[in-house]
Amino acid sequence: MMHRLDAHPDEWIDRKAEISFQFEGREYRGFGGDTISSALAAAGVPYLARSFKYHRPRHILSFANHDSNTLFQVDGVPNVRGDVTLLREGMRVSALNTFGGLTADKARILDRLGRWLPVGFYYKAFHSKRWFPRWERLFRRLTGLGTVSLDAERQTSPKRYGFCDVLVVGGGPSGLSAALQAAAAGAKVTLVEESFRLGGSGAALPEAELGEMRGLVEAVNRSSIEVCCATVAAACYADHWVALVDEKRMTKMRAKAVVLAPGVIEQPAVFRNNDLPGVMLASAARRLLLRHRVAPGRRVVMVAANWEAYLACTELKAQGVDIAAIVDLRSAETAGHEASACAAAGIEVLFGHAPYEAVAGASGAVAALDVAPLQGPGAVDVAQRRRLACDAVLMSVGWAAAANLLLQAGGSVRFSRELQQFVPSGLPAGVFAAGRLNGVYDFRSRVADGARAGSAAAMHAGCRAAAAPAGAVAAQARRPSHPFPIVDHPSAKNFVDFDEDLQVKDLEDAAQEGFDSSELLKRYSTVGMGPSQGKHSNMAALRILARYLDLEPGDLGLTTSRPMYHPVPLKLLAGRSFNAERRTPLDADHESLGAVWMPAGNWRRPEYYAVPGESRAQSIEAEVRAVREGVGLIDVGTLGKIEIYGPQAALFLDRAYAGKFSSLKAGMTRYGLMLDESGVVIDDGVVARLGPETFYFTTTTGGSATVFRELLRLNALWGLECALVNVTGHRAAFNFAGPSSREALQPLTDVDLGEEAFPFLGVRCGRLAGAPCRLMRVGFVGELGYEIHVAAGDAVTVWRALHAAGLPRGLRPFGVEAQRVLRLEKGHLIVGQDTDGLTDPFEANAAWAVNMQKPFFVGQRSLKILQARGPRQVLVGIELPDSSRRPRESHLLIDRGAIAGRITSVAHSRTLDKVIGLAMLSPELARAGGAIEIRGDHGDMIAARIVPTPFYDPSNARQRIPARVAAP
Amino acid sequence: MKILVCPLNGPRPILEFAYGGEVRRSPDPDTCSDAEWSAYVFNRSGSPGLKYEWWCHIASGYWFVALRDTARDVVVATYTADRVRLGLPAPAAAQGGAP
Repeated sequence: MMHRLDAHPDEWIDRKAEISFQFEGREYRGFGGDTISSALAAAGVPYLARSFKYHRPRHILSFANHDSNTLFQVDGVPNVRGDVTLLREGMRVSALNTFGGLTADKARILDRLGRWLPVGFYYKAFHSKRWFPRWERLFRRLTGLGTVSLDAERQTSPKRYGFCDVLVVGGGPSGLSAALQAAAAGAKVTLVEESFRLGGSGAALPEAELGEMRGLVEAVNRSSIEVCCATVAAACYADHWVALVDEKRMTKMRAKAVVLAPGVIEQPAVFRNNDLPGVMLASAARRLLLRHRVAPGRRVVMVAANWEAYLACTELKAQGVDIAAIVDLRSAETAGHEASACAAAGIEVLFGHAPYEAVAGASGAVAALDVAPLQGPGAVDVAQRRRLACDAVLMSVGWAAAANLLLQAGGSVRFSRELQQFVPSGLPAGVFAAGRLNGVYDFRSRVADGARAGSAAAMHAGCRAAAAPAGAVAAQARRPSHPFPIVDHPSAKNFVDFDEDLQVKDLEDAAQEGFDSSELLKRYSTVGMGPSQGKHSNMAALRILARYLDLEPGDLGLTTSRPMYHPVPLKLLAGRSFNAERRTPLDADHESLGAVWMPAGNWRRPEYYAVPGESRAQSIEAEVRAVREGVGLIDVGTLGKIEIYGPQAALFLDRAYAGKFSSLKAGMTRYGLMLDESGVVIDDGVVARLGPETFYFTTTTGGSATVFRELLRLNALWGLECALVNVTGHRAAFNFAGPSSREALQPLTDVDLGEEAFPFLGVRCGRLAGAPCRLMRVGFVGELGYEIHVAAGDAVTVWRALHAAGLPRGLRPFGVEAQRVLRLEKGHLIVGQDTDGLTDPFEANAAWAVNMQKPFFVGQRSLKILQARGPRQVLVGIELPDSSRRPRESHLLIDRGAIAGRITSVAHSRTLDKVIGLAMLSPELARAGGAIEIRGDHGDMIAARIVPTPFYDPSNARQRIPARVAAP
Repeated sequence: MKILVCPLNGPRPILEFAYGGEVRRSPDPDTCSDAEWSAYVFNRSGSPGLKYEWWCHIASGYWFVALRDTARDVVVATYTADRVRLGLPAPAAAQGGAP
């Protein structure tokens, strides 16, 4: 059983700070600096979790945040990683994925049902339609990790942006040395380490080398290097931007060069019951011992295939842990001098032996290990097996390169038979590998390799002081990893993947069923697809597949993990929710007038102004009535507003827009239609000529940014003598419209509003309520009206003056909804609502706004083809009696049972007392007076009539009202 | 996120840029056939390789041309927009001569 040892000067815990917490409802105590897993291990809790599929009891495996055995639900937060989450006072911790608690988990029966849960079970079971719903219900209940609390507090995690010359990933000997070397060359260096402190994984080192390591750590701490501990470099994207994830946030680190020194990940041996509590990686035991003073047990069996196993045993023995035996998979000849030292110290070493089966005791934890002589890959001589009583089994049989970031960055790897490890074979520009990732295991070689990589990286980052990097450092001469640390067993339960409870036979079955490449095997069996992303299973799976196919692991190749290769809380990816919303200068005034907001492009605009006692429909109707009978005021400052200057400004507009503007007189405006190269209508607006070389024009609200950008591109392409300025945010605009608008406006302005002085479609500059203004007589809403453009800073003054002047004449501010009704009554189209991505001007009834005689304009050549072809649909007006069955936008028009078109806009017009709309219709049916049917929401047919537009005031008489007696 | 080197503003994150499509020469609208014009308007070559592309640095409203190897997603060289009118080098030559 695991237990805490006496204090040691190098321990990471603070024994004076006692912390109490709950696990599965029981009270426990740990120390400051303990993680959840270390505190539970020290308390002797027999197991911490249940496995995902078979609900087997599990305990610490890697103690490196690499496996999913130690995920917990903590204070309502699911999937908290117990290996690296520090203990907090009062923490309430529970196990995941149990039915009735960790000990009494009802689902543990699944461990006996393994025979009926073959590999690819989902694919085999779910194809039956009859059974699918039952399976689905069952599996939704049984699977998944953790419970999401639906009333959890909202947490936002802003992202951080970081910049450095050299980013070093990994705080072991090679990473420390690389960082120091790069910093010495003058580089701005950031060093990222996954655990709480620098100094590497805790790999076994002799005392002298430990001293050198401390020296490196101190040198880094004294230097200008930015050190980020407890931070995972979880993904590598284009141009060396690396996602650094810590508990609080994600940092988007942009480096000029990256040194990858992530080291290697220790791999478990695969044998029956290798998942029992008490069976763990040797490196995990060392980390527990050195950092938290937790011994793995009182009597330990070491499964060994390299020298580190012996160093770990020497260390454990020095701490009073009894070593029952060392089971070395290798022969006595290949084991080194460390083995002889252990044997000399009285530890029994069984060479050429392998673990056959771990045996559980009463508590469920390991109580003995059956070992037998190894005969070939995966085979042991069962007849000669021997039982070793123990309470812990440690595994030190090999490593897998942590090549994930390297592969994501675009690097490649090859399999080294000598090392039994993948090593880099190709590195993208600016990415350098160092240390055990390169197959360099010896301490001093790692330091030298790091220095080489650090130099090269600083040089790549442009640091002139960088010394020329030394030549490559030789890889390890002795083999650190066993070629096949896997033992077959007729009763299976020899786990390859602890996340997904995959056994050796599952992978062999998958290969036999035809999924015999590493990519297919992964997807079919789900090996490496759990929370640990194959960190402990990919290598073994590859070896099993290679044996099955009689190939080498190198022939099969690694799968590249997608970024993020390490699980990251979604909140860190989501960051802060940031929706840029634009507001006009009048936002506060709208609010105080009761505006109900709606989004329009990236602006917010009043949909209508709520008045107490009125319904939404009543308010909109009253706003419409005010414009038709008195005066209304709307904020149209969201329109795109552009100025163009220069001797060729008119020519530019002639080429960019479908209409002709070179013939436009100064002081007048003209409707402009913008097309793309295929002749499709993409935007519209009003162009005002302020002078011979000056125009001011508007674009739609939604299109303002993209239209301006495209105009800039055309200007850059054509190289005409003119310049464009986007004044959308600089200028505010209102439409002041209604039969009383002129008399209300005249007292406020020095512009003569008389019909002759300022005709329909004219533009005048002057002052309004003291502010410089541009007035345009345009008629989007179909009444006498003025579009008023002022500087944004004057917007509030002018709006309030207009509001006050209009009130005695029945003014109401009106919103987007009323404006849509008003413009519909006039039959004016809205680009993007009444047109779509295929609508040309002929179809939109806007041929009048196109001048085909011009020498060139964007879309002209396509229009010639479209004109000859004839329209495929045309925009027509429809009307219905005011009935209860009201069609909606996008409802289909039906002619003799076939689809003939669709409604693009529809509204009830109180002015006309009927329902009116615009619709796209087949040209042969588009005869005024024709009847058409509309299919309503529930398939019911509604009769409608095709009518000419405008519906309201077809002669535009209301927009040209002669001036009455001038106001006083 | 990539970094794009704008000829006017220097290296900036790709978020600050808008892509404007491949730089393509239109046939003479007055003399080309309808089929030629339609092919120009509607057809694009998706084959990977060296392509001249329109890019706009949004904040400054600056358009320029980038020669990008779409197979590797690497910008080989950038040019001012007037080079579209004045003539751009053949992609292969541009790559060879890029600084």
